[in-house]
Amino acid sequence: MIELRNLSKNFITADGPVDALKHVTLKINDGDIYGIIGMSGAGKSTLVRCINMLERPTEGSVIWDGTDLGALSKKDIQQVRHQITMIFQSFNLLMQRTCLENIMLPLKLIHMPRAEAKKKALELLETVGLPDKANSYPAQLSGGQQQRIAIARALATNPKVLLCDEATSALDPKTTHSILDLIREINRTMGITVIVITHQMSVVQEICNRVAILENGTVVEEGDVSQIFSNPKARATKALVFPDVAEGMDDYKPANQQTVRLVFQGAEATAKPLITSMAIDCRIAANILSATTRTLDGKIYGNMLLSIPGGPDELATAVKYLSKAPSVTVQVDVEYTSQGEETAEEASVNE
Amino acid sequence: MSEYLATYYTPEKLEKAWAVIQRDFLRETGVTLYITLMATLFAILIGLPLGVLLVTGDSKGIRPLPKPLMAFLNGLINLLRSAPFIILIVVLMPITRSIIGTAVGNAAVIVPLIIAAFPFVARLVEGSLREVNPNIIEMSMSMGATTWQTVFHVMLPESVPSLITSFTTAITTILGYTAMSGAVGGGGLGNLAITQGQQRFNQAVLVAALIVLVLMVQLFQTIGTRLAKKADKRIKQ
Repeated sequence: MIELRNLSKNFITADGPVDALKHVTLKINDGDIYGIIGMSGAGKSTLVRCINMLERPTEGSVIWDGTDLGALSKKDIQQVRHQITMIFQSFNLLMQRTCLENIMLPLKLIHMPRAEAKKKALELLETVGLPDKANSYPAQLSGGQQQRIAIARALATNPKVLLCDEATSALDPKTTHSILDLIREINRTMGITVIVITHQMSVVQEICNRVAILENGTVVEEGDVSQIFSNPKARATKALVFPDVAEGMDDYKPANQQTVRLVFQGAEATAKPLITSMAIDCRIAANILSATTRTLDGKIYGNMLLSIPGGPDELATAVKYLSKAPSVTVQVDVEYTSQGEETAEEASVNE
Repeated sequence: MSEYLATYYTPEKLEKAWAVIQRDFLRETGVTLYITLMATLFAILIGLPLGVLLVTGDSKGIRPLPKPLMAFLNGLINLLRSAPFIILIVVLMPITRSIIGTAVGNAAVIVPLIIAAFPFVARLVEGSLREVNPNIIEMSMSMGATTWQTVFHVMLPESVPSLITSFTTAITTILGYTAMSGAVGGGGLGNLAITQGQQRFNQAVLVAALIVLVLMVQLFQTIGTRLAKKADKRIKQ
């Protein structure tokens, strides 16, 4: 288990001090594929580099299986780095060395005999599906293949944790998919805990079971991926989960309209014509301002922004009616504007 | 033009020049080669580690060294590089004598050559190592490599093509310096050109020596460029 406790990191730059991380507290369980997502500049890269002490935290601690990594000597940290390995956006292979030699590099560092290291490297080439590339140079490989070699290299020392720093950001969607499949397989078959740093929600959606959303160096939301996706709370999370909705939200919301956000979880919720039945049963003709659906682990999630005509009474009726539907979460985004309040009241039922 | 030829290239002078070429050129080419290679070898032996130190010991390097030490090293290199070689030979004569027992002759010229060339090599190595992608160095640290493992397993292997190019530049520059060996009684083509050519008013000997020196530079450069290209695996093959 990896625990980040109250982690902060400040940099002194030419433009003055920068707080890259502010009091980050996270818990990553063994066997997790843990996503850390945020826009560029949110502090993701700094956070992942604090985990293996490439960056020393200014404050707070990183606890790995009961050991405070910040308290370890340089030598001990080097030992830990054989157990917590890393892959990168730019693959970072030695361009002057063959694939086999690249995979053997971490084994050389721990002084494994050459013959043994070679055997291990050949096995790993098999694992990542590139057994015929042993004597090729990285420049002869595609991006996806280079990342596979980098993954093989990261696995060479039988690590317990794999850190992925934007590992698929330089790849096309199809290659991204195949690399994520490989990472998931590694997680399942070898029991390696994976920490995935990304700015792409699709990556989190595809392989992570838990996720933390980072904004300006702070964790604004954290939890199970399905829960975060179905019911994003923080503004930054909404922007990531429903980028199309969040971006144009103000445009969709004309003045003096009351809006309600619906989140549908699973086929049970999406199968019913809820809006139409509300029109019939309550005589409220809701206006759909925006709507999206996405699939997570084979489960459908929908998100809908409704405008409810009339006054607070109609809104209350609508919320009451909608809340009765199974597997639907209702959020009142903004109170009726004439009351001048912007409290986000929530009526959640039927989880 | 014809006047120039008639003055400097009389049949008599050409005949003398030919005699010098037959008698001395092979031997003196050998001497030049010997001085050049020995000086380059030792300049690399000192310059390579120093160049590594300049990069790793930098305040932003993988193992920063005390600032005064780095300032001293940089200052020393700049100082040695700013001294004209002919002055360096003379100034270093006592040191040369203390190292190899004499301050004149072929061996004696190698000492000032090394001292003139190693700071140059150090700067070239520094340049080559700074070209190594910083992400790759970070990768090395991330897998628990020590400073020296990073240097030996990552930085040096990654910069081999660039280092070959740097060493080629070094060897051709050192070859040029050997011409001044005559100042301390050293031999070689440069010395031959001065003593047999310039001082005896035989332009043909000068030109012939020049041609051989040019050919040697061309040869070193061609070999160096080829080796660098062959060593570079970034080019798809």
